[in-house]
Amino acid sequence: MIEFFQQLLNGLSLGAIFALIALGYTMVYGVLRFINFAHSDVFMVGAYAGYYLGRFIPEHTIWGGLAALAVAMTVCAILGVIIERLAYRPLRSAPTLNVLITAIGVSLLLQNLGQFLFGATPRPFPELFPVTLFIFHGIYISSNQLVVIGVTLALLFALRFIVLRTKIGTAMRAVSQNPKAASLVGINNDLVISFTFALGSALAAAGGMLYALNYPSIDPLMGVLPGLKAFVAAVLGGIGNIPGAALGGLLLGVVETFVNGSKNWSTYKDAIAFALLILMLLFRPAGLLGSFTKEKV
Amino acid sequence: MARFLSPALCVLWLTLAATAQDNIKIGEYASLTGKEAAYGDTSHKGTLLAIEELNARGGLLGKKLELLTEDNQSKQGESATVVKKLISRDHVIAVLGEVASIRSLEAAPIIQNARIPMVTPSSVNSKITEIGDYIFRVCFVDAFQGQVLAKFVGTTLKVKRVAILTSVSNAYSVGMTKIFETRFRADGGLIVAEQKYAEGDKDFRAQLTAIKASGAEAIFASGYYTEAALICKQARALGLAVPIFGGDGWDAPPLLEIGGAAMEGTYFSTHYSPDNPSPAVQNFNQRYQARWGTRPDAWAALGYDSAMVLADAIWRAGTTAPAAIRDALATTKDFCAVTGAITMDSQRNASKSAVILTIKNGKYKFVSAVAP
Repeated sequence: MIEFFQQLLNGLSLGAIFALIALGYTMVYGVLRFINFAHSDVFMVGAYAGYYLGRFIPEHTIWGGLAALAVAMTVCAILGVIIERLAYRPLRSAPTLNVLITAIGVSLLLQNLGQFLFGATPRPFPELFPVTLFIFHGIYISSNQLVVIGVTLALLFALRFIVLRTKIGTAMRAVSQNPKAASLVGINNDLVISFTFALGSALAAAGGMLYALNYPSIDPLMGVLPGLKAFVAAVLGGIGNIPGAALGGLLLGVVETFVNGSKNWSTYKDAIAFALLILMLLFRPAGLLGSFTKEKV
Repeated sequence: MARFLSPALCVLWLTLAATAQDNIKIGEYASLTGKEAAYGDTSHKGTLLAIEELNARGGLLGKKLELLTEDNQSKQGESATVVKKLISRDHVIAVLGEVASIRSLEAAPIIQNARIPMVTPSSVNSKITEIGDYIFRVCFVDAFQGQVLAKFVGTTLKVKRVAILTSVSNAYSVGMTKIFETRFRADGGLIVAEQKYAEGDKDFRAQLTAIKASGAEAIFASGYYTEAALICKQARALGLAVPIFGGDGWDAPPLLEIGGAAMEGTYFSTHYSPDNPSPAVQNFNQRYQARWGTRPDAWAALGYDSAMVLADAIWRAGTTAPAAIRDALATTKDFCAVTGAITMDSQRNASKSAVILTIKNGKYKFVSAVAP
């Protein structure tokens, strides 16, 4: 029983990171109807931002850790806006396929730029937050796991607040429903899209830093697999749907952990994640929480 | 324009060809960047030091040695490409490399087909030298290392229940696990859990939680250092205080950089300890330190030895014909190398002793040496 709850906790802390990345995919999809494949590499840049910031702040302090997190999120928000401005905005009126291929190009560019600037060798990530170990009825909980779950929950609620309660959030939903009508009522679509990218990239940066805190070895290709998993999570939960992305991420993290800890199936964990994606697309293409919107004529 | 350029190009080509003819060209493929760069970097530095020393002594057969190094970025598929380039474009007479078994396995068939000798400094997987009669190694094989570890765990650590964590996409790790398992079971030990992961995985909490539930008294992490460090870290965070041990794949500086305090009380077997008081080792330490500013590790020593064993064979063959060098390599006997005397057996493997190290207060500490 202890093993079960320990695995559940392991799965939730892994799933929380998938959820953070999945939120970025889902938000951009919700507004622009395309998958931003460069998202997983912004995740990597976030981890490297944390790595370099770690040199300037004292290690093992909560405020230092939160400050590094905030700066890394800001850096990636700016990066997200720049990527959107340079790579995606010129293609605004082009078919979605063109933008999709551009996104893959930006992803490869970031990966290779990362290898060029940071070197391809994995680096040890500093311990930014104080590390303590809690033991609760035989279940071991590291403070880093709590930080991951806590930060994810906080960001999730902040995101929900922004999208549902603020003016810019209302504008985001308007652009997502109908960009033309939104611009007719005076919404600056470009501004809203830039804001969406900033928000999504900041979440990716948070995900990257939290991932690196838990698995302290970072390299320029570290985003590829978590990015793919988060994409699966976003589709699982219903792409374009914010609570869906969070649910999909947690679900995927838990399933993956239980498969990984099983006796004979651990080598199939990636296969199972993608099999889940295929099953979901076959039987419920809109995802767990997504809903079909009928094309109106 | 083309007519104007071509004479100039001709002259350039001729000068290049002329200088090239004066040198003995030796190829090297190494993981200078990427995931296993820590191995490739020091191995290359050791090899380069050997070539520089040989050239300072006047080279071989009246010619200078030229080392042509190609980086495979620790990626699958790259070794085959760069080795083909070394053979067909650079016309090397012998190839040195790699540390990682999976990449040696990739390049060896190509080199064997080209009938050029290859000397791997430190790939231990037994299948490599079975590929053909042109493939040699200057280190022990995994069969020996697995045996050493099984014996150490059973008699020195006095452990009966061991859990194994294997990287299934790593030929080295799979080979080590297989041999350790057979030996440990034959000695009366019990394998209580067999967990698996793939190269590049970072989350091992699930596997370690399952291992914890199995009641293992020790964990064998048979993969490379990046994963080993993360495994130790996560094991300690899950309250698993049992000894964790591994093979020579652990021997690289990032093990301590990433693992930190979690590495205390772990063990690994390797080829060489810089603390060995033998004059050959201490002398090499000094020269390596003078050239590169850091202390050599096992890969540096083996990289150095691979070049020296090859040079010795070229010198004994008296020619740069690959077939003659191969024959000379096969008859290497009691060659005094930094990592011990090297004699090639009929399977083209060097039989040498292994050392077991532990980590104490953030430093490697010599535990014991085991002769073959």
